[in-house]
Amino acid sequence: MSNKISEILTFECETGNYHTFCPISCVAWLYQKIEDSFFLVVGTKTCGYFLQNALGVMIFAEPRYAMAELEEGDISAQLNDYEELKRLCLQIKKDRNPSVIIWIGTCTTEIIKMDLEGMAPKLENEIGIPIVVARANGLDYASTQGEDTVLAAMAHRCPEQILLSEKKKVIQDSNIQNFFSFLSLEKKETTNKNKNFEELKKNPPLVLFGSLPSTVASQLSSELKRQSVQVSGWLPAQRYTDLPSLGDQVYVCGINPFLSRTATTLMRRRKCKLIGAPFPIGPDGTRAWIEKICSVFGIKTEGLEKREEQIWENLKDYLDLVRGKSVFFMGDNLLEISLARFLIRCGMIVYEIGIPYLDKRYQAAELLFLQNTCKKMSIPMPRIVEKPDNYNQIQRMRELKPDLAITGMAHANPLEARGINTKWSVEFTFAQIHGFTNARDVLELVTRPLRRNNNLENLGWSNLTKKETKNKI
Amino acid sequence: MKLAYWMYAGPAHIGTLRVASSFKNVHAIMHAPLGDDYFNVMRSMLERERDFTPVTASIVDRHVLARGSQEKVVDNITRKDKEERPDLIVLTPTCTSSILQEDLQNFVDRASITSNSDVILADVNHYRVNELQAADRTLEQVVRYYLEKARRQGTLDQSITKEPSANIIGIFTLGFHNQHDCRELKRLLQDLNIKINKVIPEGGSVKDLQDLPKAWFNLVPYREIGLMTAIYLEKKFGMPYISITPMGIVDTAECIRQIEKHVNNLVPNKKINYEPYIDQQTRFVSQAAWFSRSIDCQNLTGKKAVVFGDATHAASITRILAREMGIRVSCTGTYCKHDAEWFKEQVQGFCDEILITDDHTKVGDMIARIEPSAIFGTQMERHIGKRLDIPCGVISSPVHIQNFPLGYRPFLGYEGTNQIADLVYNSFTLGMEDHLLEIFGGHDTKEVITKSLSTDTDLTWNHESQLELNKIPGFVRGKIKRNTEKFARQNNITNITVEIMYAAKEALSA
Repeated sequence: MSNKISEILTFECETGNYHTFCPISCVAWLYQKIEDSFFLVVGTKTCGYFLQNALGVMIFAEPRYAMAELEEGDISAQLNDYEELKRLCLQIKKDRNPSVIIWIGTCTTEIIKMDLEGMAPKLENEIGIPIVVARANGLDYASTQGEDTVLAAMAHRCPEQILLSEKKKVIQDSNIQNFFSFLSLEKKETTNKNKNFEELKKNPPLVLFGSLPSTVASQLSSELKRQSVQVSGWLPAQRYTDLPSLGDQVYVCGINPFLSRTATTLMRRRKCKLIGAPFPIGPDGTRAWIEKICSVFGIKTEGLEKREEQIWENLKDYLDLVRGKSVFFMGDNLLEISLARFLIRCGMIVYEIGIPYLDKRYQAAELLFLQNTCKKMSIPMPRIVEKPDNYNQIQRMRELKPDLAITGMAHANPLEARGINTKWSVEFTFAQIHGFTNARDVLELVTRPLRRNNNLENLGWSNLTKKETKNKI
Repeated sequence: MKLAYWMYAGPAHIGTLRVASSFKNVHAIMHAPLGDDYFNVMRSMLERERDFTPVTASIVDRHVLARGSQEKVVDNITRKDKEERPDLIVLTPTCTSSILQEDLQNFVDRASITSNSDVILADVNHYRVNELQAADRTLEQVVRYYLEKARRQGTLDQSITKEPSANIIGIFTLGFHNQHDCRELKRLLQDLNIKINKVIPEGGSVKDLQDLPKAWFNLVPYREIGLMTAIYLEKKFGMPYISITPMGIVDTAECIRQIEKHVNNLVPNKKINYEPYIDQQTRFVSQAAWFSRSIDCQNLTGKKAVVFGDATHAASITRILAREMGIRVSCTGTYCKHDAEWFKEQVQGFCDEILITDDHTKVGDMIARIEPSAIFGTQMERHIGKRLDIPCGVISSPVHIQNFPLGYRPFLGYEGTNQIADLVYNSFTLGMEDHLLEIFGGHDTKEVITKSLSTDTDLTWNHESQLELNKIPGFVRGKIKRNTEKFARQNNITNITVEIMYAAKEALSA
């Protein structure tokens, strides 16, 4: 357990005894993003209790998600899974009439080997609502990876991009490709044909994947539009019925670091071309992201450098606060590499980047960017610890005494009591952190404990634990 | 399968973890997949714990699924033993691990050979018991383990203390106002010249559990946790226990009288009489008895209230409202379905109806139907109240962080009666204020709200009748609206006019 900081990126792997949210937490933001969806989590009381507590007040707003709570009869197969799910889905259809029902498989459905993927198509036919199955369980995934499993499952439902000579014909939804709608679509296309054709000539269809609040999504789209790159669709779209078309002519690019499964599905199953770029988090990331996309399409970027500079200029007050301060990422949501890279560029020193899982291929561009940023800022490379061990991390933190620990809520209060400033990592998942516009929001979060401290600094209360327990950290 | 949006009581392992982490120097290891350690977040956030929650997970992942935990659980136990040196390690199964059907007892047996800590396996069935039942069970299991161990080692001293003394059983982490209640109970017993022998599990050490039988009696303030332990101690050691919750003036007095009885049983020569103490406290220390006489409380007479919560709090509050304040409890209920019989017996004669359910929509519909002036319930009822515009006092778990107050807020004992009186009075005054505002031509520009959770009604109110409805003071408006609509439906009228409103009033004498 040495704390030496090396010159090259080092990857370590620990025991995986770390605290993180269960991946089913993705329903919290996905049900809000996909307006006509209904999420049904097939699991036990434990899953329900987690959701209820993790989502706090959202639970009271008549959410479009629910638990299919498994009872003893379900576990011991005294009840018929198919009939039970059918009963619940019919009730959901009656009460809410969603355009899609997403079944979230959990640890329990894995262990009892409930064949959700097998039952879904049958039930879909029977009740007339698409059923998408995502196995977002704690056996295989951590926190944000839940979204990855849902989007990967949804990628299969995107309509096929059909190419007819030079003209592209877009079929919105394979479910409604009856003759008449086909005709009207074609008609619309011919009237706009010239315009569309002009745009298509500029860049092939580009689909961005990753769930973002609609304002952030349109901010990113318009950043690209400034460089005359047209975004043809988002996975997920605001509505399930508006899923983008995919095909072998379609380029795809991720906006979040935890979407490796979705990326793989898009490449292997839908034959899309993946643009591997750093992620648009921080002004540096956003610029690199746009530049990469433009370079793939052979477009020369305009005014990007100036735009980035301007953003940095606006962040000045916050940068003064963070410069030279050290950070320790305990690691629980896979945003860590991108956030660390941004914070290093802000002048911070990162001791350790804990991360639940690192897909070195999907994050390759981001990792390279991290390395370059470290060189540029002449800061030693942080160690990257996959599947961290929280106990060991706390020991390391005790030696390193970082100015800020980015950590889960389970550790935040105990660390604060020991005089270590913390920021809850989960806030980065819920806050708007993408693009040029939101760079300030990231720093707003990072500097909050530091600003709070400026107010409390001289009161002499930073360590609030008794002597006997102090030696345990 | 059950379609569920919300639940009142958590899964079983939460109860076990609450008991384990309440003890000092006890570590719980969950046999659970990644993400199931959400308990740590709750404890750290709700209780604002300064220390790391002594709960870790032995992660169940794909590999475990394929080839079993093998050495993993044992390694995790021995590792924790070395790192933290706990007195006891509780291996806690979760719903996931219980269907894996690994022989966890075998892991425990193996680990206890190498580790210095004691190791036990929490014995709870995830599909049959909830959080509260599991907590009760685990506490009993830990107590039994240490008393039997002491007996085997011959260190068990069964003589009782010279002075009267008591154990307080059932104070634990994440319990509703438990810390404050504990302080109040200690003060009460101190006033009665009774020594506190042990408080378990909160802050207790498992090493001291062998001293439990030294107390003269056990006090179990809450119905939900501690009873099993008390019954075990009664059976094994003949220790009497008192399970009357000292909440409210009448029940506190009753609890003290029970204590008197048990103390006098053991000292036959000099009789103790607590009646003067009860009288003094009731009439002059607690303000609640005086409050019941004051004209403030007179204004509450006959007002309708609904109560819902765990068995202990719902039953006690129902009795306080009905017996001590003259408030009409239209419906009272609990989500502790396993304790329904006891609950019904307790509230018999103090309320109009009883609702036993753990389905929050049923509770919501009940409240919408009754339209009480105030609700006393959990956080869920508070939200129902918000939607229906009815004030709510929170009296029971499940609760949010605001129900872990920093200030001293017991529900038990004589100070508790003051706190409850404030809570009740403040809930109702909000309603009163509202109605006074209306009567004196307040500034109400709101549209009429339907006092129902589900959107219904095919009836239309014409402009005049809506205006007329708006003139009616808010606290009866809902009722008038409902009665009018009922009348309209009975007479197959779809368009409601002012005339219909008057006709309805006459017909139903609303």
